[in-house]
Amino acid sequence: MAGVATQASLESAPRIMRLVAECSRSRARAGELRLPHGTVATPVFMPVGTQATMKGITTEQLDALGCRICLGNTYHLGLRPGPELIQKANGLHGFMNWPHNLLTDSGGFQMVSLVSLSEVTEEGVRFRSPYDGSETLLSPEKSVQIQNALEMTKRDVPGFAIGGLSGGESKSQFWRMVALSTSRLPKDKPRYLMGVGYATDLVVCVALGCDMFDCVFPTRTARFGSALVPTGNLQLRRKVFEKDFGPINPECTCPTCQKHSRAFLHALLHSDNTAALHHLTVHNIAYQLQLMSAVRTSIVEKRFPDFVRDFMGTMYGDPTLCPTWATDALASVGITLG
Amino acid sequence: IVCWRSVSVWSVAGRMEMTVSKFMAIQQALQPDWFQCLSDGEVSCKEAASIKRVRKSVDRSLLFLDNCLRLQEESEVLQKSVIIGVIEGGDVMEERLRSARETAKRPVGGFLLDGFQGNPTTLETRLCLLSSVTAELPEDKPRLISGIGRPDEVLKCIERGVDLFESFFPYQVTERGGALTFSFDYQLNPEEILLQQNGTQEEIKCVDQIKKMEITGCNQEITSFEINLKEKMYREDFNPLVRGCSCYCCKNHTRAYIHHLLVTNELLAGVLLMMHNFEHYFGFFHSIREALKNDKLAQLKELIHRQAS
Repeated sequence: MAGVATQASLESAPRIMRLVAECSRSRARAGELRLPHGTVATPVFMPVGTQATMKGITTEQLDALGCRICLGNTYHLGLRPGPELIQKANGLHGFMNWPHNLLTDSGGFQMVSLVSLSEVTEEGVRFRSPYDGSETLLSPEKSVQIQNALEMTKRDVPGFAIGGLSGGESKSQFWRMVALSTSRLPKDKPRYLMGVGYATDLVVCVALGCDMFDCVFPTRTARFGSALVPTGNLQLRRKVFEKDFGPINPECTCPTCQKHSRAFLHALLHSDNTAALHHLTVHNIAYQLQLMSAVRTSIVEKRFPDFVRDFMGTMYGDPTLCPTWATDALASVGITLG
Repeated sequence: IVCWRSVSVWSVAGRMEMTVSKFMAIQQALQPDWFQCLSDGEVSCKEAASIKRVRKSVDRSLLFLDNCLRLQEESEVLQKSVIIGVIEGGDVMEERLRSARETAKRPVGGFLLDGFQGNPTTLETRLCLLSSVTAELPEDKPRLISGIGRPDEVLKCIERGVDLFESFFPYQVTERGGALTFSFDYQLNPEEILLQQNGTQEEIKCVDQIKKMEITGCNQEITSFEINLKEKMYREDFNPLVRGCSCYCCKNHTRAYIHHLLVTNELLAGVLLMMHNFEHYFGFFHSIREALKNDKLAQLKELIHRQAS
């Protein structure tokens, strides 16, 4: 249940994380990751580009939003296009032409989501491909092989991935496991919490001491016409936005908010054109990145607890209306709301 | 459905009966730089329309035009907008000429030649009609045509006096996973052209065109002006779509990557292909303008014709 998937905590491993600031009340930290393809400021949200692409947006757009690390998926890429081809293409970076950092996960989540297609044996996990029925054995060796070919940064990063927690367990259990994990992990190594991406969850888990996050939520919800905002989300397909000529968020600096109105996006969503999905994907990624950036700044400027209170106030109308699990989690690390 | 009063159109929002006043009210709101006038183009959707029906389409279109012009005069907002008269007349020479002559008498800013869209065979039979129509039109006003997009067809229309083209051609190519690769550089010699298109693969492609159509199960006709990135042969091809192309896709990505995106049904495939196909197609039109300026249209035509299947 705790699902702490640890890499070997090598004493000789390079220190890739540098702590820049720590919150004096909670366990929140601001840091810098020194990775092969550049520096990454933490806490960081990593958008998920499962199949060597970020769902309709170009690497240039992603770079322009300030993204410096994103995710690829070992299982999917291992099947299509396969490790041999990616090797010929100069690695995953070369294949998708992404100049910054890439993190590829181990395929463990697929063990959960594709349970009906898998069979756990002594050798590893045997998958039946959902595409053509052929079988793959994802053994520890093969998983590592695939990850090697994909130039997985994780091998270079002595850090800790906290996984197995976004599968539907209760929020109360969830935060306790995260808190337990971070309390046991060394301070000077990054803590990567897998599959967490809702704004409230991100803020709480930063308070609990996590540094890196990934989730398909922002990009997936964009494709359903939902735009993320500080008060939650806007379902732009709804009639109420038909004549709303303001941007999604006037404070947002993303290209979508600079150029387009809610009314325009509403109209696009009701046409047979997929353009709205691209605009919303850009905005939602921008929202996540701007949120993390604001969190980081507040830690560096020693006002993270105030930031949390403001954030909860905006999101729930009043800090005291924040969900119980979040209130409890924050209280456990010394942040009180209202 | 067209009658003397209106043209009915269907869209996601259902049926809309477009009367002249409704049509002009929309134009007032849009404030376009120029707009195609409401017309009766139904004969081009029907097989073998009767002469009577064709005659009606010309009469109705002229009536719509006169009414729209009158409303435009009365509208302050539309003073700067230009009306484009639509030439109808189906496949009946007499009616085409009548439509052209009558429309040319009105104070329109340009002419749209309607009803020439279709497949390559239908255009061939209409080329004579096209020449006769443009001969009736004033030299100093632009002629537009809709639904013509294939490079060889474009050139045929240009030779017969057409100036502007409106079509979905680059978009259709993108939708079927294709990338335009035809050469329009009439200055290069044939060997260099082949090199630019990645030589040997193009030769094989021409021969196997029909076979490949069957394999990919495409329901729209692939042309010989494009390559189909879904084909297995591109899986390990790390060249750009077209060597020397300066579009975002060719500067940043490979055929292998686009192939992967298509195979995995990723949205980015269409984004990248559309960028390339537009750039390539615009480049083609640029070369047409240059060829006309330098009196080299014949060379360009020969080059394009060689690549038509």
